[in-house]
Amino acid sequence: MSELNMTEKLPVYIDIKEYMRKTRSGKIKTTAKSKGGIAIRITIFALVALTVYGFLTFDYKDIDMAKAVAGTWNNAKVLFGQPKLTYNTLAGALKELLVTFSLGALSTIFGAIIAFFGALLCAKNIANPIVSGITKSFVAFIRAVPTILWVLIFTVAAGLGSVAAVIGLTFHSCGYLIKAYAESIEEVDAGTIEALKASGASFWQIVFQAMLPSSISRMTAWTFLRFEINFTNAIAVGAAAGAGGIGFDLYMAGSHYFDLRELGFITYIVFAAVILLEILATGIKAKVK
Amino acid sequence: MQSKQVNKKVYNDKTENNAERAPRPEKQTSIFVKRKRSFTLVFLGIIALFAVSALITEYNVITGFESIPKAVVWMAKQFIPDAKAWSRLSSILKKLAETALVSVAVTVCAAICAFFLSLFGTKTTKAHPLVARIVRIIAAFFRNVPDVVWAMLLLFSFGQNILTGFFALFFATFGMLTRAFIETIDEVSASCVEALYATGATSLQTVFNGVIPSSMPEIVSWVLYMIETNIRSSTLIGMLTATGIGYLFDLYYKRMDYGSASLVVIAIVILVIAIEIISNRIRKVIM
Repeated sequence: MSELNMTEKLPVYIDIKEYMRKTRSGKIKTTAKSKGGIAIRITIFALVALTVYGFLTFDYKDIDMAKAVAGTWNNAKVLFGQPKLTYNTLAGALKELLVTFSLGALSTIFGAIIAFFGALLCAKNIANPIVSGITKSFVAFIRAVPTILWVLIFTVAAGLGSVAAVIGLTFHSCGYLIKAYAESIEEVDAGTIEALKASGASFWQIVFQAMLPSSISRMTAWTFLRFEINFTNAIAVGAAAGAGGIGFDLYMAGSHYFDLRELGFITYIVFAAVILLEILATGIKAKVK
Repeated sequence: MQSKQVNKKVYNDKTENNAERAPRPEKQTSIFVKRKRSFTLVFLGIIALFAVSALITEYNVITGFESIPKAVVWMAKQFIPDAKAWSRLSSILKKLAETALVSVAVTVCAAICAFFLSLFGTKTTKAHPLVARIVRIIAAFFRNVPDVVWAMLLLFSFGQNILTGFFALFFATFGMLTRAFIETIDEVSASCVEALYATGATSLQTVFNGVIPSSMPEIVSWVLYMIETNIRSSTLIGMLTATGIGYLFDLYYKRMDYGSASLVVIAIVILVIAIEIISNRIRKVIM
């Protein structure tokens, strides 16, 4: 009798009932209610609602979908099935590819150098909090402007050509890499920095003896990722801003000569280059790690 | 005297012994030498790459540095919204809203397709290895054909329509997300999937009770990131296909109406930063 009373006084029994949730059919729910789960649901619902709203309000200009899709399918077959160069030679196209590659390389090198020092101002664990805040918002602004707009803005100041393309691409690379580098630096063990500080190491000694060795592999991986992005961006910039390289050939083939076969051939060249870069990047990442 | 000599001899012997055993300590110090050497090599390699690239693209370093202050001065003088620009604000905002909606719609549609495809590409669902390989090849294909090519191809049949930009972005996003989802699912849900299979769950049950709940935060985070990216790329695609905010910028820019063009840039910046802040908030809650 007394034992029974004891168990009734224990709050455990009541607690379980309170927290046990059941579905309408009486099954016990096995998932816990969490803030994150609700947030995910709200986000997904909002995104889907926006999508539906978008599809309902877009101005389609009375396009004949069936005809357009069929036409695109036929064009795609020509594009990928019968590549042929008429306006370009293979050597010329490969040279243009090299130009695009160089544009990507130059902007990545500039971006990486500037971003390294920028990240030192930005990383929370070494920088002054006020300086870090200012740098972060400045970088967010640079990142928010699309690459192509930077290129076009610099085209006015520096004239059409590689200078505008490289500097435009560099701006966005800086914004991206500063954020990435700062995050890698922030992951450096706080104890190492403290130990070096306690032993009287200067700022640059801390940077080169503690930060760089422990975050260099991550930074290299980010740099290569950015190089891949810069390469594809250089193609796009060449097409939209006339900055030269293989992108400009793509634009000419598509919007000037209206030659699908030429477009197809250049696409295959770009495709091969991008895949080679990816293989190279994976190899280097594996080696650095 | 003698003892000193003996001592010296002993000492010499010691050093000789040390010299014999030397390889070990020498190797230890050589790590630093090696590091220095490889650092120098990488440094020289980067300089060589820089020189060759500058030569190929005819990039002039001095002009490059000079152009930055020039551009800043020019922007401060001309690239400021004037009265004419403010009168166009409503049309700019309308196009901006359209671009934002397109990028959300593209990302959501691409994410749904990519998720279904990625289920066949992961190890967790135990799809046939051949199927998984085909899925990966499809993803690589869509990812590596530049969006410029898709835009050009679609322009032939779709013309200057909102759907041209939509599909061009869709293909590129689809390729990106498929790879990202495959990696995420493999990484995040490996352990709980194994546990579910051990209890005898079927593939479908595993997907619904293991894969989806455990990988959903990462997937939503990827989708938010792609929306941000797509707003930026839709500016470029818009220029090529004459749709959206990119077209508006191109129009003002070519007319040398820099005041209005600058207002377009400011509008894009505000939109992108707003989306970044919202997605960071969401990420903080769900991760």
